[in-house]
Amino acid sequence: MLAVRDLGWGFASRRVGEAVSFTLERGETLALLGGNGAGKTTLLRTLLGLLPPLAGRVEIDGVGVSSMAPAARAMRIAYVPQQHVPAYGFSVVDTVLMGRASRLPAFARPGPADREIALQSLATLGIAALARRRVTELSGGERQLVLIARALAQQAGVVLLDEPTASLDFGNRVRVLRELDRLRAQGLTIVFSTHEPDHALVHADRALLLEGGRPLALDTVANALTVHNIERLYHTPVRVIDAGGRRVCVPADDGEGVRR
Amino acid sequence: MHPDASSMTDPGDAGRSGRSALAFSGGAVALVALVVVAASSGRYPLSLSQIAAGLLHGFSHDRAGTTAESVLWQIRLPRIALACLVGAGLSAAGAAFQHLFRNPLVAPDTLGVSSGAALGAVAAIYAGAGAALAGVAAFGSGLATVSLVIALASRIPAQDRLLTLVLIGVVVASLMGAAVSLIKVVADPYNQLPAITFWLMGSFAAAAWDQVAAAGIAIVLALIVLAALAWRIDLLALPDDEARSLGVHASRLRAVVVAAATVATATSVAVCGIIGWVGLVVPHMARMVAGPGFSRMLPVAALFGAIFMLAIDTLARTATAAELPPGVLTAFIGTPLFVALLARRSA
Repeated sequence: MLAVRDLGWGFASRRVGEAVSFTLERGETLALLGGNGAGKTTLLRTLLGLLPPLAGRVEIDGVGVSSMAPAARAMRIAYVPQQHVPAYGFSVVDTVLMGRASRLPAFARPGPADREIALQSLATLGIAALARRRVTELSGGERQLVLIARALAQQAGVVLLDEPTASLDFGNRVRVLRELDRLRAQGLTIVFSTHEPDHALVHADRALLLEGGRPLALDTVANALTVHNIERLYHTPVRVIDAGGRRVCVPADDGEGVRR
Repeated sequence: MHPDASSMTDPGDAGRSGRSALAFSGGAVALVALVVVAASSGRYPLSLSQIAAGLLHGFSHDRAGTTAESVLWQIRLPRIALACLVGAGLSAAGAAFQHLFRNPLVAPDTLGVSSGAALGAVAAIYAGAGAALAGVAAFGSGLATVSLVIALASRIPAQDRLLTLVLIGVVVASLMGAAVSLIKVVADPYNQLPAITFWLMGSFAAAAWDQVAAAGIAIVLALIVLAALAWRIDLLALPDDEARSLGVHASRLRAVVVAAATVATATSVAVCGIIGWVGLVVPHMARMVAGPGFSRMLPVAALFGAIFMLAIDTLARTATAAELPPGVLTAFIGTPLFVALLARRSA
């Protein structure tokens, strides 16, 4: 269980956001939306315990993340950063094995059991065939899936993803989101940031809309992602339409559907 | 040479670990052959039977042995051992720094350890110190310079802390270089300048067993620390947020790795002066053979470093009548080699 109480976040020199409180149970997914510079990534870093909160608390199962040692924290909460080309071409399986670091003593190397878990994580995401490839040779979508596999190998109950579908092609986006649904069904607590209201509408239970560092809305996706809120967040007219039982958000260039 | 042979059994990509095991055993054979060549060649050539007899007869420090024995034990072997130690130490330190800074163009002296050590040694020579004291001054001043660079960088708020660290290292190193130039201008051109120049271009000519022992302890200790932490050092090659979110105490681990690499480099400069390029080029060769995983690459880097340095020094003392400075040779050989490696890598 991830509990956030009246959180203020940012840097000593500059407060980025404040007044966020929520509780996520097992199997719940929260989508984080906001314009560029709204403080999404900084909030994720604070939830991860990489930045100390400026106010309030972040707790996992009742323990404050900022008071945990790095390894203890990593056993409870995993992070999937935006995919990027790494400095060195580690193999995929070696990259996923890095997810085991918090479970190993300082001087130890991963053993056969860790390797088994790493291969299992790759299999879960359907990318077992990539195991021996170098991460530098993969496509962006494959690399994103490898980073998710690494988070799975970490075996933490909470997984935070920073724009998991950014810079992915359509097919890879669908794959990554489908995997997120499966992880949620398996009981993981998930927080992901996104620029796509559609993704939040379909793949999250709740949504937090951040505007200038303050919550514009924090509710179930149906209640939070209203036309009114989405237009206020992105300063552009939109329509939310029904596409065969699935709600999608589209730009409303003709002004139709604008309810101010 | 390398303290941690168990890393060869690291369960990883089978092909790559097989390749690195092959490279390691091939390298070990090459090193033994090179040691024999280095022991036999020189102004007083030794035959294979003389070397074998000398080795069998044992260490002849006290007893008055034959000339061949004393050349072998007092001149050739300590020099060979020192060159191997320095080569292994510089290469391992370079490999660690390239991982740490996520930049394959970084060398072990990126944080100013070599230029700081040079200033210490040159200042000591200017003040009238002998070679041993100059070595101690070099070691101390190398460590002090790295501490200064880290302290300065930590006071500058920046987005990219590692880049700041590298930049501060570069500017502090050039300041140390200017100070060395200043001392060269004011130093006694007949008594002090030759010793200073000798130091700045590096040399194994004064190698002796006490140096081998001191350098051996420091460099082997540094190698053991790096080998013990090898798997975790891979995580330092990730962006800081990622390493920390995976449960690594990144700042603490980085401090330990910097300390180990700096001790190895400062020790090298203290015993043989500044020899560049080894710590930059050899890790690239090791990475090509063993892959980027530090636990597989470190033993190969240390071994290749020993081979490279011993080959350079043997060439330096036998190619011409007068000894060439090894630092000059590493640059002449290292530059084209480095360009070739880069060309192959991007091909």
